[in-house]
Amino acid sequence: MNDKKVEELCRQLEVIAKNKNCYLNPDTEFVRGIARGLLTNKDKYGYMSCPCRLASGNGKKDLDIICPCVYMPPDVKEFGMCYCALYVSKDVKDGKIGVHSIPERRPNSKKKLS
Amino acid sequence: MRQMALSNRLKHVTGKDCGEIILYALSTCQWCKKTKELLNKLKIGYDYINVDLLSKADEKEVYELFEYLKIDMNFPVIVVNDKNVIIGYQENKIRKLSK
Repeated sequence: MNDKKVEELCRQLEVIAKNKNCYLNPDTEFVRGIARGLLTNKDKYGYMSCPCRLASGNGKKDLDIICPCVYMPPDVKEFGMCYCALYVSKDVKDGKIGVHSIPERRPNSKKKLS
Repeated sequence: MRQMALSNRLKHVTGKDCGEIILYALSTCQWCKKTKELLNKLKIGYDYINVDLLSKADEKEVYELFEYLKIDMNFPVIVVNDKNVIIGYQENKIRKLSK
C-alpha cells in the first residue's frame, strides 16, 4: 500500500471528521490502518466501504456502509466512537473515554449476501 | 459443523493448546488485527480465516456456519470448540482463553 495515498486519505478523513463535528481517533497508527483498509476496499469494490464490515460488492446494497457510514453519527453520540473507532467524540479524543469495540447497529437484514 | 471447504482455507498459528480456536476475521479490519495481535501475544494456538478474501461460495459457507451458531456476520468472531463465541474485540474474554 502506497504510504503517500494513506497519508493523503488521512488528511481527507480529518476534514470529514471536522465537517461531521467529530474527531479522528488520536491513535494515528490505528487510523492509518483503517485508511489502508478503506483504500483496499476502494480498489476491490470501487468505493470505500467500511473496512470493519463485510461488503457485498454491490454498491447499492452497501450504500449504508460507505465511510463515513450512516451509523457513524448515532454511534459517536451513544458510544463516543463509530463501529471502526475511526471517528470519535471529544471525550474519546481527550482520553476521558477509552476506545473499545462497540455493538453493531446495522440491521442484520442488510448483511445478506448478494 | 464446520464445512470441509472452510477447513482447507484455515491458516494455523502455532501456540499453546487452549482448545480448538478459530478466528473469523476481515483482512481490512483493525479490530480483527488487534485480536490476532492479542492471541499472538498470549501465545495461544489458533486457526484463522480472512472472510473478505474468500470466494463467494466459501463466504456463503461462513454465512451458513454463523447462521447455525446463531450469530450475525460481524467481525472479528472467535469460535471456541465449535460452540462458544466471542464477538468483537473483547480483551478480557480473549485473555481468559489462555487460562
